Amino acid sequence: MYMKSKFLKRLERLIAYFKRHKKYLYWGVLVTVLTNVIGMVSPWIVKMAIDDLRQNAATYSQLRTYATLIVILAIGAGFFRFLMRRTIIWGSRIFEYEIRNEFFLHLLGLPKSFYQETATGDIIARGSNDVEATRLLAGPAVMQIINSAISISVALTLMFVLSWKLTLIALTGFPLLSILTNRLGTKIHQKSYQIQQHFSTMTSYVQENVSGVKVVKAYNQEEDQIKNFAGLNKTYIDLNLSLARIRGLFMPSIYGIVGIIILLLLYFGGKQVINGSITLGTLVAFIFYLMSIMWPMLAVGWVVALYQRGTASLERIEKIMRRKSEVADTDVDPNARPQLGEIEIRDLSFRYPNDDQEVLKDVNLRIPSGKTVAIVGPTGCGKSTLVELILKAYKVPDGKILIDDIDINRIPMANLRRAVGYVPQETFLFSRTLKENIAFGEEKIIEEEIEKAAGIAGIRQEISEFPRGFETRLGERGVTLSGGQKQRTALARAIIANPPILILDDAFSAVDTNTEELILRELKNVLETRTSILISHRISTVKNADMICVMEEGRIEACGTHEELIEKSGLYAHIVELQSLEEELEALR
Amino acid sequence: MSDHQYFEDDALGKAYDSQLMKRLLQYVKPYKKWIVLALAILIISTLLRLAGPVIIKLAIDEYIAVGDADGLGRLALLYAGILLVQFFATWGQIYLMEWIGQKAMYDLRMKVFRHVQGLTMDFYDRNPVGRIITRVTSDINSLNELFSSGVVNIIGDLFTIFGIVGVMFVINSKLAAITLIALPLLIVATILFRIKVRHAYREIRRLIAKLNAFVQEHVSGISVVQNFVQERRIFNRFNDINRELMGRHHKSIIYYAVFFPTVEIISAISLGIIIWYGGGQVIQGAMTFGTLVAFSQYMEMFYRPIRDLSEKYNILQSAMASSERVFKLLDTKPAFKTPAKPVITDGLKGEIKFKDVWFAYNKDEWVLKDINLHIRTGEKVAFVGATGSGKTSMTNLILRFYDYQKGSITLDGKELKDFDGETIRKNISLVLQDVFLFSGTIEDNIRLGNGDISREQVKKAAEDVNLLRLGNGLKRGLDTNVGERGGMLSVGQRQLVSFARALAYNPRILILDEATSSVDTETEVIIQKATETLMKGRTSIIIAHRLSTIKQVDKIVVVHKGRICEIGSHDELLAKKGIYYNLYQLQYKDQELPAAV
Repeated sequence: MYMKSKFLKRLERLIAYFKRHKKYLYWGVLVTVLTNVIGMVSPWIVKMAIDDLRQNAATYSQLRTYATLIVILAIGAGFFRFLMRRTIIWGSRIFEYEIRNEFFLHLLGLPKSFYQETATGDIIARGSNDVEATRLLAGPAVMQIINSAISISVALTLMFVLSWKLTLIALTGFPLLSILTNRLGTKIHQKSYQIQQHFSTMTSYVQENVSGVKVVKAYNQEEDQIKNFAGLNKTYIDLNLSLARIRGLFMPSIYGIVGIIILLLLYFGGKQVINGSITLGTLVAFIFYLMSIMWPMLAVGWVVALYQRGTASLERIEKIMRRKSEVADTDVDPNARPQLGEIEIRDLSFRYPNDDQEVLKDVNLRIPSGKTVAIVGPTGCGKSTLVELILKAYKVPDGKILIDDIDINRIPMANLRRAVGYVPQETFLFSRTLKENIAFGEEKIIEEEIEKAAGIAGIRQEISEFPRGFETRLGERGVTLSGGQKQRTALARAIIANPPILILDDAFSAVDTNTEELILRELKNVLETRTSILISHRISTVKNADMICVMEEGRIEACGTHEELIEKSGLYAHIVELQSLEEELEALR
Repeated sequence: MSDHQYFEDDALGKAYDSQLMKRLLQYVKPYKKWIVLALAILIISTLLRLAGPVIIKLAIDEYIAVGDADGLGRLALLYAGILLVQFFATWGQIYLMEWIGQKAMYDLRMKVFRHVQGLTMDFYDRNPVGRIITRVTSDINSLNELFSSGVVNIIGDLFTIFGIVGVMFVINSKLAAITLIALPLLIVATILFRIKVRHAYREIRRLIAKLNAFVQEHVSGISVVQNFVQERRIFNRFNDINRELMGRHHKSIIYYAVFFPTVEIISAISLGIIIWYGGGQVIQGAMTFGTLVAFSQYMEMFYRPIRDLSEKYNILQSAMASSERVFKLLDTKPAFKTPAKPVITDGLKGEIKFKDVWFAYNKDEWVLKDINLHIRTGEKVAFVGATGSGKTSMTNLILRFYDYQKGSITLDGKELKDFDGETIRKNISLVLQDVFLFSGTIEDNIRLGNGDISREQVKKAAEDVNLLRLGNGLKRGLDTNVGERGGMLSVGQRQLVSFARALAYNPRILILDEATSSVDTETEVIIQKATETLMKGRTSIIIAHRLSTIKQVDKIVVVHKGRICEIGSHDELLAKKGIYYNLYQLQYKDQELPAAV
């Protein structure tokens, strides 16, 4: 019982699909039955023709009738065979489409932590290879197994009717066939696994060689690397050849066994024909039937392989589908929608999941609506974590962060995100036009607004100098923007959304100081009308904020205005000093 | 911005390109004799397989029809013999072909790997690691498929087809001719199908590549999608591509669904003709039963290979695309070559001179401008400057990783361009900021592949840098496994392994790019001492990040925006209050604090 439920559980998604699209399955089974039943009639007609000829009872018109019947039957079987693909395989593509959609939709809802622990390549592999393997299970495997089951049972029945003795003779060979395919199959599987393993070893070796190219070259290791690689390469082909030795046995063995069965039939059947207990037509038809079930028999092994691969792939997909977002909307008030943008952080301590070091310690901060707060501090002091938590990138304990006096855990994710415009240091732009990138979050593309936002972000001038202006495509076949241009585009993208809270996390790091000053001047109006948090390494960026907070090792060390902090905070004064040195250096030619 | 380069690999070209094929055949040429043998066996095994229906014909006509049971027994024995030979012939042929394919693949893979080893650094800058790996590994695998399944199967199928036609004509040419009336129909159907499917297949590949690129891009930019609450809209876009892909698949299903039954109907027409016309011949006594039965069996054997040809077409297509990429890599030339008659030397002294040197990684974007510098034998020099100022580029030129465009660099008075890169590097040990360790033991990593370095020397080097004194993780001493990328070692241990490596090679020149990572005081002291040991008695160029190091060197070279601005000792330069003074305050001054406490 347990086994059975586990089996069903594993195939849950597949079964659900078949339930949704019953018609493809029902029709599919029906036409497969019809195809095979009709297909099995032809040998019988051949038998009748031969027997008639043998008894000298055949006439030309009879022969014509037989021939016509064979063609008509083939057309009928062909029509149903067409429908077989049109239903089952057709449906499997729908299954593929649906499962891929479900998978991608699920991906869109997964949190940051998932993307940190999963490689992009792995996600893509599951969305493509694994989905394809599952489809092969849902379509071709299902079609083939029904096909095999029906054609084998129909053919065997007819063979029994023709001659049970000969059938028994023929059947003696079949266990041999299945034992052999099974044995060889297992061995092939093991060898293939070894080859796969070795292939990854070889891949890792090349990976190391290429990644460490500087060391390889500096220490003249090329020849040695080639020598080692030759060893791996040699093992690889040796393994492949030992697989070839076994796999090479596969087809000859099958031909051999089938040949032996035919041989036996010919000998014993021939004797029976001679002594008159069966007709020649029977023998011929019998051989026809035998040959017609050879492929369906072999296909069973293929289906088993598809089943193993398909279920393994399905499991890999399910593993991601089972992953839930720890920041999903569970206990939220759907109407909670921050509008003023007052932020309050109370005694917030935080550590990343699976890490025992606290990155934030007892942080308390209140940002009144409409004010601008800047955060400075050395790399790794917790600045970015703090603002990411305002966006609930990770699970935040209840009552620690409030916006407009609402606990952020009560605010639906979408509303929270719409309320907070966030520009991180690492800019990501899509390979679309600049216009589409800036209007990424907008319902409608309104030219004036795009230009206005670009103007505030200080990128309008440069964009208009591109030959295609805002229609310029980015990425692969388009232009490559400089780091600073990217950052300003991302800024424009956030500005156009006009959120009550704006967070700029080191968003000008790749912009030179002069440009930054211009942007800040333009941004002034934007910042004044909303709550803003500025994170920066540059004192020039934060100098004019309403309040500056200095963070160190997860704590807020001091808060105040620029002038106050120079007096109050040693760390702040030190940063100011280093900064002016850097500026001096930069100014030198 | 997203990187679509991964997916260029999905693009597909022609299924057959004579130019490419010619090049590919070069790699099987050494095995010409074996190929001839394999083809001979292939012919034999095909012919033997074709013997089956003839045997049945003989059995019916000669023995069963006349009631000769003994003869039937003899024929059965003959058939058994044929089966046995056929078994070994087929096996041998499959194995032999695989053997040739694997050998050729081995050769080609070695050639590609060797070629990659010989390429200059700019190649590695331009190509992501993943792409190079794919060329060396999987792309070559699909070539193997081409040899062992594609080409041979196609040849085998062609043999079968022509063999059947031949045998049928021998048995009864008139019936054969009439039976094959349907053949043109089949050829037309196959050609039409191939054209349709090729187009559909290409479209499908294009859409799959597009879909993968879409997922790749939006997974990379997931935070933007989520922060702007665009999940719905992005999903709709995905859905559009996905739906289009399904549509294409459905279209191609129709092609297959029509093609396969068509082949069967044509085959049935042939069978009908055999019964009708052949049966008529039997009535007239112009033909035997056995012939009738044999013909109908040949028909069964005739159509399968034709059906299979369409699938092999795909193998051919992707193998061609792979080989095109591999050959493109093989055609990549190193940016500069070793001179025909390189300088021969049995040991360098280690004097380096830069004279009016200009250098750019990309044309006209000068990274080094008008560099003049003289480093005397045995001198210790520190390169100091902000990130991106050009320090590493200078060391890259000395190591001959890149070629300089203007000016001259000399080593012991001889132009660097006249040397073989290997000769230069034999005399230089490089220690990188990001230590790169290969998987293996500590000893492997110190010696690398150099068999001339004895275990004693490895041990001595490790002792000289106090490697084994650091921490207690190295329970197995030099035999400790460092793990992938040295992950089992601490930052300090990794540093020291690379120091010991440099020391064991006992070079004339040392280039050391100091690590910026902060380590605990004990490690710091050990590294400091090891640095001293390393520099002792050799020309040393240090890209310095440690105050202790710059205080030890003979002269400091200040690099700023690609130019050398100041040269002098620590005290001289500080007194000058120029760039060095600034840099010192920025980069090194903080390091004085722990010493003062």
